[in-house]
Amino acid sequence: MSQSASSNPAAAPAEGHAPHKSYLTDGTTVRSWLLSVDHKRIAIMYLVLILLAFLVGGIFALLVRIEHLSPGPTIMDAMTYNRVFTLHGVVMVFLFLVPAVPSIFGNFLLPIMVGAKDVAFPRLNLLSLYLWIFGAGLALWGMINGGADTGWTFYTPYSTTTTTTVAPILVGVFILGMGGILTGLNFIVTVHTMRAPGITWFKLPLFVWASYGTAVVQVLATPVIGLVVLLTAADNTFHIGLFDPARGGDPVLFQHLFWFYSHPAVYIMVLPAFGIISEVVSAFSRKNIFGYRMIAYSTLGIAFVGFFVWGHHMFVSGESTLDAGIFSVITMLVGVFTAIKVFNWVGTVYGGAVDFKTPFAYFCGFLFFVVFGGMTGTALGVVSLDVHWHDTYFVVAHFHFIMVGAAMMAFLAGLHYWFPKMFGRMYHEGWGLTGATLITLGFIVTFVPQFLAGNYGMPRRYYEYPEQYQALNVISTLGALMLFTGFFTILCYLIYALRHGKLATSNPWDSHGYEWRTASPPTTHNFDGPQPFFPEEPHLYTTKPAPEAQHAV
Amino acid sequence: MQSETAAHPPSRLAGHFASLPVQDNAARLGMWLFLSTEVLLFAGLFVCYASYRFLYPETWAAGSRLLSLPLGTINTVVLIGSSFTVALAVDFAKQGKNRLVFFMLLLTLAAAATFLVIKGFEYSHKFHAGELPGVHFHMKETEGLLPGMPLFFSVYFAATGLHALHVIIGAGVLTWMALKAWRNHFSVGNYVAMENAGLYWHLVDLVWIFLYPLLYLI
Repeated sequence: MSQSASSNPAAAPAEGHAPHKSYLTDGTTVRSWLLSVDHKRIAIMYLVLILLAFLVGGIFALLVRIEHLSPGPTIMDAMTYNRVFTLHGVVMVFLFLVPAVPSIFGNFLLPIMVGAKDVAFPRLNLLSLYLWIFGAGLALWGMINGGADTGWTFYTPYSTTTTTTVAPILVGVFILGMGGILTGLNFIVTVHTMRAPGITWFKLPLFVWASYGTAVVQVLATPVIGLVVLLTAADNTFHIGLFDPARGGDPVLFQHLFWFYSHPAVYIMVLPAFGIISEVVSAFSRKNIFGYRMIAYSTLGIAFVGFFVWGHHMFVSGESTLDAGIFSVITMLVGVFTAIKVFNWVGTVYGGAVDFKTPFAYFCGFLFFVVFGGMTGTALGVVSLDVHWHDTYFVVAHFHFIMVGAAMMAFLAGLHYWFPKMFGRMYHEGWGLTGATLITLGFIVTFVPQFLAGNYGMPRRYYEYPEQYQALNVISTLGALMLFTGFFTILCYLIYALRHGKLATSNPWDSHGYEWRTASPPTTHNFDGPQPFFPEEPHLYTTKPAPEAQHAV
Repeated sequence: MQSETAAHPPSRLAGHFASLPVQDNAARLGMWLFLSTEVLLFAGLFVCYASYRFLYPETWAAGSRLLSLPLGTINTVVLIGSSFTVALAVDFAKQGKNRLVFFMLLLTLAAAATFLVIKGFEYSHKFHAGELPGVHFHMKETEGLLPGMPLFFSVYFAATGLHALHVIIGAGVLTWMALKAWRNHFSVGNYVAMENAGLYWHLVDLVWIFLYPLLYLI
């Protein structure tokens, strides 16, 4: 705590000597990007790659929807359909949803938000990027050369006997998992050891809390799926038989081990999204975040409880009534923690001076979808209801409400909120709101009919369906096209803004978050000189500012 | 960093850390977290072991009789001994006695090599006897073949194979540390790398300490 009140906020380029270069222009060769250990450059490379993966996964999704325009065969045969929905799931889960927020926004913002110059292990951070590239490459190669038809869950014994190429995709998932572990490990160590003077645990921005909770889940859950996919790949290739009933193995054991990771993985996807929303809602309501500590604690609560609910995926896999009951009750707890967050966000908006910009528009959609998706999730956690809904489109609609409605909407909110920080330019607000409207409406039109179809009994993953479901499927496909238009619009105006957008000031939203105290875009080492001192809390808007540091100390 | 003047920051300090103790603590915390991921990786295998032991108790008991108890026991002694030499290496590194660190690491590497050679003998015997996982399993009916026996060997090979891979990686890390000791790298304030390598090696031993009774003794 030696050099405290040294660098105060704002501090435009220091007078006297030449301003430091922004991280975007400090080195322009390809090599300076590919071998960069700067967390911000790594984040931007992740952004490009993960958005490409999202494009691939999105095209597969659109193909599935188009196939369902008619009850019979429409544009592809049954085998192609099986491969397409599998690839949609694998790409969206492992290449987009799991890494998206931690690897892009976490990498870019977490060090800045704790007042550090980089993550604790910058070279491991770069390694995690290359593990992502290698794992994604291997998985995509497997998909092109044969392509799995097992669904993204790789359930045995089908995945051990199918003739499609499952093994390379499984090994790809293993490698992607290693990358995720390294990112999570980096974040935990960074938050523990590199906080700037003045940033105590309860003065951390809520996005950091969310990233921290996510990182814990990533580090503790991912090794288990790493082992499972390796064993399944060995089962598929060498027939070691661990999960194959024909050789005495137990497929339900696979399900236990798979969901021990894959349910917590849901929280890897949504917890950081919750963190983004906590930042956005406070900044655009111009109001202190309501119940800071409760939001922080509920993050840890979800991360903890998330490890003990995996059994609710196996209510119909021969689970005992007692086990099912226990898992059902613990599942409800997730709803309690999520509701705490929802009430706190609503409490933050209440009485705030809302600045209705694009990120806030996404927050509005997010709030509706997370409540709707959460409530249906709690309903699915009830054993008796799940027996009816299991493996129907109801489940599909539920998790898309959480994955797309919550995680994707929050991702877009964050992308718009931090776009000026990342690239130093503003996007066009009118187009931003147009995009948000298209996405929100398109999402409702796509997935609400799927709830109805599922409730009427339409099974998921079937190639053909009875004619009575056609109307709902056609509406859903139209919604998907609307979503596609929305994403295309966003892509166009954001790319336009990269070159031609208005230059952003260091804090265009007048936010009090720590990251806005740096330049836009930040300099290579985030701030110049020694570590800054943060006297104020990050979500402090309405009370009188604390006394100046020099008077207080 | 260029802005640090007159203070002569020690060269080992990376630009993004506040001080050397913080940097060393970060390295230690990172290693402990990494070890937790390793524990969970093996935990999945232990769950497989427990489930199938529960499903096929007699097979599991008979299976462990088919493993070579003397060789397994020798390997256990060898690995625990190597944990001792690594612990000494860490202690010598703290005192900056690089020659002794190097010597202790040589002993450890010799132990690792011994372990792998003995494991190799065990494996080749299993190959000849046809006691292999899944489709490659072709044990004679007369040798007390029980249902689920191929699964025992699936678990055996998966667990010991993954462990052997960790022994190889650990030996690689210790070789790197031995090179550092050879170049007089360690000193009183600079030994965190050796400490972390030691932690990793202890974990490798610890996994074996669980595998040995589960596979060979019960």
